[in-house]
Amino acid sequence: MSNTNEKIRLEHITKRWGEVVAVDDLNLKIEKGDFITLLGPSGCGKTTTLRAIAGLDEPTEGKIFIDNKLIFSKKEEIIVEPSKRNLGLIFQSYALWPHMTVFQNIAFPLQMKKLPKPDIKKYVAQALKDVRLQGYKDRYPAELSGGQQQRIAIARMLINRPDIYLMDEPLSNLDARLRIEMRAELKQLHQKLEATTVYVTHDQVEAMTISSRVCVMNEGVIQQIGTPEDVYRRPANLFVARFISNPQMNFFDGTVKKENGKMVVEAGGFRLPVDEEKINGRDSVIVAVRPEDFYIADDGVEYHVDAQLPAGSSQIIMVSRPGEEQVALLFEGTFKNKDGEKMKLAVKPETYNIFDKETEKVLV
Amino acid sequence: MSDLAIQSGSPLLRRLKRNYSQPQRIIGLILLLLLLFFVFMPMVNLLYTSFTLSYSDQRLPEVKASGVEFEEGKFSLVHFRRVFMSKLSKPMLLIPLMNTLLITAGLTILSISWGCLLAWLVVRTNLPGKKALANIAALPYIIPSWVISLAWINVFKNQRIGGSIGWFEYMTGIAIPNWFAYGPVPIIICLSLHYYAYAFITVSGALASIDSRLEETGELLGANRWQVMRKITLPLVMPSILAAFILTFSKGIGTFGTPAFLGIPVRYYTLSTQLYANVKNGLEGDAYLLAIVMILISGITIYMNVKVIGARKSYVTIAGKGFRAKPIDLGKLKHVVFIIMVLFVIFFVLFPIYILLAQTFMEAEGDYSMANFTTHFWIGEAGSIGSKGQVMGMGESGILRNPSIYQGAWNSLRLAVLVSFLAAVIGIFLGYAIVRGKGTILSKMNDALSFAPYIIPGIAFGAVYLGMFAQPRGPIPALYGTFSLLVIVSLAKRLPFSSRTGTSAMMQIDRELEEAAGLVGAGFFKKFTRIIYPLTKSGFVAGFLLSFITTMRELSLIVLLVTPKTKVLTTMIFRYAESGFHQFGDAITMIIVVISITGTLLIKRFQSTSLVKGV
Repeated sequence: MSNTNEKIRLEHITKRWGEVVAVDDLNLKIEKGDFITLLGPSGCGKTTTLRAIAGLDEPTEGKIFIDNKLIFSKKEEIIVEPSKRNLGLIFQSYALWPHMTVFQNIAFPLQMKKLPKPDIKKYVAQALKDVRLQGYKDRYPAELSGGQQQRIAIARMLINRPDIYLMDEPLSNLDARLRIEMRAELKQLHQKLEATTVYVTHDQVEAMTISSRVCVMNEGVIQQIGTPEDVYRRPANLFVARFISNPQMNFFDGTVKKENGKMVVEAGGFRLPVDEEKINGRDSVIVAVRPEDFYIADDGVEYHVDAQLPAGSSQIIMVSRPGEEQVALLFEGTFKNKDGEKMKLAVKPETYNIFDKETEKVLV
Repeated sequence: MSDLAIQSGSPLLRRLKRNYSQPQRIIGLILLLLLLFFVFMPMVNLLYTSFTLSYSDQRLPEVKASGVEFEEGKFSLVHFRRVFMSKLSKPMLLIPLMNTLLITAGLTILSISWGCLLAWLVVRTNLPGKKALANIAALPYIIPSWVISLAWINVFKNQRIGGSIGWFEYMTGIAIPNWFAYGPVPIIICLSLHYYAYAFITVSGALASIDSRLEETGELLGANRWQVMRKITLPLVMPSILAAFILTFSKGIGTFGTPAFLGIPVRYYTLSTQLYANVKNGLEGDAYLLAIVMILISGITIYMNVKVIGARKSYVTIAGKGFRAKPIDLGKLKHVVFIIMVLFVIFFVLFPIYILLAQTFMEAEGDYSMANFTTHFWIGEAGSIGSKGQVMGMGESGILRNPSIYQGAWNSLRLAVLVSFLAAVIGIFLGYAIVRGKGTILSKMNDALSFAPYIIPGIAFGAVYLGMFAQPRGPIPALYGTFSLLVIVSLAKRLPFSSRTGTSAMMQIDRELEEAAGLVGAGFFKKFTRIIYPLTKSGFVAGFLLSFITTMRELSLIVLLVTPKTKVLTTMIFRYAESGFHQFGDAITMIIVVISITGTLLIKRFQSTSLVKGV
């Protein structure tokens, strides 16, 4: 049933390009004021989904509702034009018209609405002020920096006062510093205007920092939807665990044992307690431990230090045990170990995830 | 928000309505119909006509001898037998075919070697003044290919065939033998002087993209300069040499003006001039078969190009950063090469133009003394009496006073303007339909059909149109002798270029630019006028000028279709040359040369200020 808080609903959306299935039976509800990120590797169907919402691509199957009104249905051949969906889109390339000045770019949507000239002037001036680019109205896009172009694209999107913002990898063309700056700006913008935002990115850090909900996709299928904390701490499957990790997630083959009447999983030398119910009779599983979830303990498992990669406030240490894969550790501050030395490690309780070997679904 | 009223009717109806209201589909369909009618149909008709009897075939001896009652439009192998399996095959097909192949092979080898050498000198060495030399050396490419052959006649003709002596005999007193004045030798030389530009342009482009560190690595690893050239440089530019080879070859097959000027006086025929002679003699059926032969040869070469070379058209050797091109030091040879280059430019580029210009000021051909100087052929009044008491120019006035020339010039001008404007417009629409409809059958058909005229040599294409539009076709009345026919045929022949320009211009426009406009409610018309046209404008202007020059100097395509009423400058030159009035012809040639050069300079200006490039 529909609820009043819902803004966008996708039902059974499938998109095929010939043989290739870009999006496969996707169902998604987006609430009013949500900032949802579609996250996944390239080719996972995230941009296709966004373009389907915008009406730029036509899904092969399925229905889309906005404000509980049917705006797309393949079966009924209902397709509301993009311009009638009351949404704004920032393209990955910004799609600023290179032959128009900043003013003309931002004024274009208003000209399409046939607003009187003085009004257009007034609104564009206000929009330029909002993005702090007052003095730039007669410049051409090519004469602006990447960050300024980005802000013009935002101004052009906002000028029509849409109630849905769609953003397709808007920060991917910026350098690292500017990206962090613009991230904050986009977040503030969302908090101020409270418009429902659908944001596409392949950068998991970006997704974690900016959104209220993250939707991880792979091969056209949604893997997990949840808050950034959820997908980080409780990945639904191995793919999500692997994708949302910085630096890499450590995976161990685990063997289930019963010791002193309690269930444990033995993995990488560690003995990790586990609920018998959740293991449900399996005897081998996959254990995932994040690099920051190790600590040094006197009764820990002995590891050999292969390399230390200090990075200012924290550092990554690569360690290994004979005949096993390398493990990455992340420690705050500096660490006074030397390469070739031994260190004794333990895993923080309740931080690790355990996955089924076959289905790759999460157990713990 | 959404207007559900527009969603009425049954799903199927809505689907049809939406699919066929997509602009690229409507445009694509309209273009497809036009292409079918103006490209596909004429070719089918050509095939059909060569295997049926036409009214004029009644007088053919084979038809009379067969005893069967003549019936117009009946299927017949008469033409096929005449061209391929009779006594006539030798003079009509075999000899011209051999001549064509000989000339084409000769000119291809000559122009590829010269073009490559020149490209290497200009791009990779420290030859002094190479930029200026390269620009002047490209001149013959800009002016019509047959201009040099007209100059050749003026320099080397002899009394026996040319009617008067040429510059060379005048200066030296040495009579030129026929084989050097006319026939295959001068044809090959003159054509090479035009067509070397293809190899020069493509190969110098490839050479310029080679990072000289690739060669230096070879040297560091112990190869000498010759080995580096053979094992590294040559293989890297090989694809573009092969491409130039095929392009020159397929152009050579269809070339008309030069073999006509230098071959017909000594009855040396190529396929193109034989085809022309057949049409002039009312043997259209035979001519059409020759056209088919030419199309086949040209088609096979281009097919080879696509299949054999297309797979690895070019190596990407530009790595993006740190690109370096170190010129090779020619050492002491530098000055020798420089002098040779200057001599080449003087003798083969500037001198021919000078000779043609000088000729226009001569009262009697071949007399280079001041006493023979006259401005009659430019500004003289009709019926002026010359210094020897005879009427000059057969009583015709100078070209700047001659209403007949003005009519030809007017026809040339309006033809060139109309064709280039329409070609540029059609090009943008073709580009839109092909690029935006990418992957659909419609887009593929439009792409293929608009490319088809490329494989058809100009004179054969003229023949195709002669066969198609000499009589009423559907809603179109008989067009032979009309100006519209010239416009349509020139436009159709320009299609491959317009469609290429249009497609590449469209590809430069990111689809998102158009979508961004659509998203805020711009319809197709608004998108086209506000986004697409402004962004393709500079390409549009350059394309317009290029078409303008090409049409202005076009001869082979329209020579079969022009009538006295629709004559243009180039066909007037041709008629003057045919009837031995070189001064008039040369004077008009000068005008075309000036127009061609000016147009090219304008194109360069427009291309360097392309808007899209800067973004």
